[in-house]
Amino acid sequence: MKVLVPVKRVVDYNVKVRVKSDNTGVELANIKMSMNPFDEIAVEEAIRLKEKGIATEVVVVSVGVQQCTETLRTALAMGADRGILVQTDVTTESLAVAKVLAGIVAEEAPGLVILGKQAIDDDANQTGQMLAGLLGWAQGTFASKLDPQGETVNVTREIDGGLETVALKMPAIVTTDLRLNEPRYASLPNIMKAKSKPIANKTPADYGVDMTPRLTTLKVTEPAKRQAGIKVKSVDELVAKLKEMGAVA
Amino acid sequence: MSTLVLAEHDNVDLKDATLATITAATQLGGDVHVLVAGSGCGSVAEAAAKVAGVAKVLVADDAAYGAALPENLAPLIAGLMAGYDAFVAPATSRGKNVAPRVAAALDVAQISEILSVEGPDTFTRPIYAGNAIATVKSSDAKKVITVRGTAFAKAATSGGSASVEAVSGAGSAGTSSFVGAELTKSARPELTAAKIIVSGGRALGSSDKFHEYIDPLADKLGAAVGASRAAVDAGYAPNDYQVGQTGKIVAPELYVAVGISGAIQHLAGMKDSKIIVAINKDEEAPIFQVADVGLVGDLFTLVPELTGKL
Ligand SMILES: Cc1cc2nc3c(=O)[nH]c(=O)nc-3n(C[C@H](O)[C@H](O)[C@H](O)COP(=O)(O)OP(=O)(O)OC[C@H]3O[C@@H](n4cnc5c(N)ncnc54)[C@H](O)[C@@H]3O)c2cc1C
Ligand SMILES: Cc1cc2nc3c(=O)[nH]c(=O)nc-3n(C[C@H](O)[C@H](O)[C@H](O)COP(=O)(O)OP(=O)(O)OC[C@H]3O[C@@H](n4cnc5c(N)ncnc54)[C@H](O)[C@@H]3O)c2cc1C
Repeated sequence: MKVLVPVKRVVDYNVKVRVKSDNTGVELANIKMSMNPFDEIAVEEAIRLKEKGIATEVVVVSVGVQQCTETLRTALAMGADRGILVQTDVTTESLAVAKVLAGIVAEEAPGLVILGKQAIDDDANQTGQMLAGLLGWAQGTFASKLDPQGETVNVTREIDGGLETVALKMPAIVTTDLRLNEPRYASLPNIMKAKSKPIANKTPADYGVDMTPRLTTLKVTEPAKRQAGIKVKSVDELVAKLKEMGAVA
Repeated sequence: MSTLVLAEHDNVDLKDATLATITAATQLGGDVHVLVAGSGCGSVAEAAAKVAGVAKVLVADDAAYGAALPENLAPLIAGLMAGYDAFVAPATSRGKNVAPRVAAALDVAQISEILSVEGPDTFTRPIYAGNAIATVKSSDAKKVITVRGTAFAKAATSGGSASVEAVSGAGSAGTSSFVGAELTKSARPELTAAKIIVSGGRALGSSDKFHEYIDPLADKLGAAVGASRAAVDAGYAPNDYQVGQTGKIVAPELYVAVGISGAIQHLAGMKDSKIIVAINKDEEAPIFQVADVGLVGDLFTLVPELTGKL
């Protein structure tokens, strides 16, 4: 079984982004970019399935600008086998990305597609579900455990009230939550090895997908800022302050 | 203009998340209908019909919809959407699971976690962990939207008298089944609905200590309990306690952060709380930059003292 893992290049999670002064977006010049953390978890899970002999090949794909190649190389250094770059300079909206991925699925016929539950830049939390909808496949979103058993995969999901397990007929879509695994760091030899792993170059047109955005961003603004308050010196002072603010009776 | 709202429920009770979603739907203008899809969910439909602002309740009562499997729900909703201009779901784990699938079926973009309705096709939504707010305009004929519950007032649970109509769909798609659930049992208020939240971080050090120090303070305040990702990852608290960008978004009257540093991802989930109190031994901890009242010191002595003095 082949496993397909879409990986997105996003602003590193440690960066606190700033809104541009002309309100057209956020400042992205000279900012550290990394693989979306949820996608690292997805790549790790796919590699573990291969190490367990369940997966035969791990294919990673990224949709976006030329520099997404770096994101693919990171995945290859972790242990993925080959990459596909679908290059476009257009803003990638989830629906268009899902359509590109559906095209790749048609060519590659994976048994599982493992995506991140959300990309930490847009926090859209849609792509996996949209892909599942386009393909008519079952989906296990927000996965904290994944257990393939022959023709089905059992997925334990992190939901609002706790955990839930669903059984999905394969091929299926899984999106990762934080507790699924702890992604490995690529070792130096593997980083070197990744340089010679193949990356195919494609465009959305190869899959017949029109990337034209459906949403226009009219403006991007800063959220209301919170003022830092006061520091109190003792519990007594804290209790008094809380009473004064009407926070406790 | 007419809007279909997805009801959040457990086949017995209508959940509060639905009420904020109905308010958002009302702001789109036009009729608001609510879909109650479930199994043996008559009491939910009755409750939904009483909510102010709802014109009609559609009930799809079928075993296939009991566990809200998106494979079964999405075709039902997409079918009903022939008669609506917008589909609005709460940004709960359920809403997030099914709405994008509906959007794909309708070939439209989804607008995720809206904070406000600026016009029938224009919305604001948070990006980059809430460090920026984008105003987006949709060019799609039909809208698919999820709603951040903390950003909208709850519609009143009485005063409405909607008609109730049974609808049916194709039932089971046959691709998925529900195996079981392990729900966190707690007598405390639900995190996203609580007026007061006490959250614990990595500093608690173990599950035992988490309970020993956080629980009594929460009980004293009648508060819900939350946690940072670090505390959840380490197994001090269950996954559904996680507050933050990738956990639950909360905005209580009072949020008490105990032994939490205040990482961007945590702040994204709680910085709209009315009053924030932080207890941390590091006076430089970023949590103090958003706290209304900060207390620097060792939680293991301060928290029991606070619990005693409240
Ligand atoms: C200010 C602003 C606001 C926006 N608002 C919206 C909006 O409301 N709705 C909307 O649909 N779009 C919006 N966009 C478009 C945006 O560019 C996103 O790219 C789009 O939403 C994709 O979603 P995501 O990556 O956040 O997807 P998610 O669904 O959060 O991503 C989940 C997973 O999908 C996979 N994935 C996503 N994108 C790629 C990719 N390019 N290559 C490979 N794998 C990928 C990854 O595995 C990822 O973990 C907005 C853009 C901007 C700049
Ligand atoms: C993709 C991604 C998503 C994430 N999503 C979330 C999310 O949704 N929610 C979230 O919370 N985090 C999230 N994180 C993690 C986040 O970046 C931080 O790592 C996390 O919030 C830290 O938790 P903490 O504050 O409990 O731990 P730490 O940062 O370790 O802070 C512990 C604090 O306790 C204080 N302390 C220690 N001992 C004592 C004592 N005895 N008395 C008083 N104070 C003490 C310390 O001074 C310190 O400030 C995410 C990270 C990533 C990469």
